[in-house]
Amino acid sequence: MKQANPVITVTHVDRAFGSKKVLKDITLQVEHAETFGILGPSGSGKTTLVKLLTGIDEVTSGEINVLGVRMPKLAMLQQIGYMAQSDALYTELSAKENLEFFASLYGLKGGNRTRRIRDVMELVNLQEHLRKRVDQYSGGMKRRLSLAIALLHEPPLLLLDEPTVGIDPVLRQSIWKELKALNHKGTTIVLTTHVMDEAEKCGRLAMIRDGVLLAVDTPAGLLQATGSSTIEEAFLYYGGVRP
Amino acid sequence: MRIRAITLRILQQFIHDKRTMALMFIAPLLVLSLMSLVFNGDAYEPKIGVAPGAAVFSTALEAQKAEITGYDNDESGNAALQAGDIDAYITMKGTTPEIMLEGSNPAANRAVMMALQEAMQSLQPSAAGSVQNQPQISYLYGAEDMKTIDRFGPIMIGVFVFFFVFLIAGVSFLRERTTGTLERLLSTPLKRWEIVLGYVCGFGIFTVFQALLISWFSIQVLGIMMAGSFGYVLLMTLLLSMSALTLGTLLSAFAANELQMIQFIPLVIVPQIFLSGLFPLDTLPLWLQRVGLATPIYYGAQALMDIMIRGKGWNDIALDVFMLIGFSLLFMLLNVLALRKHRKM
Repeated sequence: MKQANPVITVTHVDRAFGSKKVLKDITLQVEHAETFGILGPSGSGKTTLVKLLTGIDEVTSGEINVLGVRMPKLAMLQQIGYMAQSDALYTELSAKENLEFFASLYGLKGGNRTRRIRDVMELVNLQEHLRKRVDQYSGGMKRRLSLAIALLHEPPLLLLDEPTVGIDPVLRQSIWKELKALNHKGTTIVLTTHVMDEAEKCGRLAMIRDGVLLAVDTPAGLLQATGSSTIEEAFLYYGGVRP
Repeated sequence: MRIRAITLRILQQFIHDKRTMALMFIAPLLVLSLMSLVFNGDAYEPKIGVAPGAAVFSTALEAQKAEITGYDNDESGNAALQAGDIDAYITMKGTTPEIMLEGSNPAANRAVMMALQEAMQSLQPSAAGSVQNQPQISYLYGAEDMKTIDRFGPIMIGVFVFFFVFLIAGVSFLRERTTGTLERLLSTPLKRWEIVLGYVCGFGIFTVFQALLISWFSIQVLGIMMAGSFGYVLLMTLLLSMSALTLGTLLSAFAANELQMIQFIPLVIVPQIFLSGLFPLDTLPLWLQRVGLATPIYYGAQALMDIMIRGKGWNDIALDVFMLIGFSLLFMLLNVLALRKHRKM
């Protein structure tokens, strides 16, 4: 199912903190039900861009539309599942209590809430640890719980900031499988990464460096355009490191 | 070599955390200056009201550095005593002087009695005829056996409630920010004022129990003097908690970590204690007394003293109640605005 209107349109967006320009003239579109990767080294402005997409942060100039609505808009947060770089969990509470808390913030109640909590915990394969306190979780488990919380309210748009950091390859693969399954169900996913092999799994990629958008294309398209054999080489090409 | 490395690292950390460094040097100076103002103030000059019949004492008491006010009749004298304008009121019954002490402040009582004794001695030769008997002492509030704890108790209840709630609420709100959960909260459709109000309600429930326990313990177990209504004590403790809770969560926006939160103690808590009425405020410079009027603990302590020592009721604490509610609302509003730093909408 291909929709005519893109889910996200970013038009000539600048973001400056004081005199420091973190994002410079970014323009891109994210289509319905695709996995859109934002690839770039740390400090390139990936997180800032994602925060602008959520509406937590505001553009200095330019315009961002999500699902046809000009951002920032409080009501749009109901449509977005956001997972930050830090796990942002209440470690003194159990996983269940964390899930119930965030579910309530999204207005999930009663049986629906219980069902969603069960579903997302199965999705991230943590159903046996539902009642465990989060401070007894390993790093990877926390990351998965954090993802589960972002999925709770079945948002049509998922914004994931480095979702697979600190997760072992086996689990990473299973999370990717779930992300692809969500794509099939019509969920649009935007994620940031600085892991090159992960970037290849995205439908399309935006390469960003020092706040400048270098290129947007499918992984294959990027390889072809730059004459590279790996995404890493393509990235270096755009960064001007390799002619 | 390794010791040197650790030494150097600690120095570097201090240099990078300018605020901690400033606090180590400046906070003690601030607290010491306040102390010197409070304790170095002029000796307390008792304010004594004199009935027409007891005018014979006026000059003798004035010579003892007491502040004398003459009253035309006993009604106006007693009213002034009740309002706390004077520390004692002297009348004459025949040849026996009768002294009614305001009584809520043991230090003021002592100052009055000292001045009176000296005055009596200086009086004897000339006015022996009119004053023959030892003075009769009575107390409007409190009693002769009122202990220091009875005076300080109400203030300390206020101070400790404020102190602990301020720190715990502040640190807990701060941790929302440092652990990233605040950002996550703000990525949900939650409104900023809902976060602030949620904190007030959540901590509010705990502070109800805290207020109950502290008030009960102070009065029943420690036996601190209690002349008024327990309900009012509870109300004041609760309102004071509320102002501490809202101020703590507000100020946590200006602290980067727990250490910086603790640094607010000498800046926010200690000055309030000095200006709470724990020490006589009359001897302080006027500007410092005015600063006291801008602090929540002052109103909490005044009301708690009115209730517990003077047994006063709603009319006398209403202003304090409204001030504390006002402080809490102001801090909440400022906190909603401070959260704009993290999310504009």
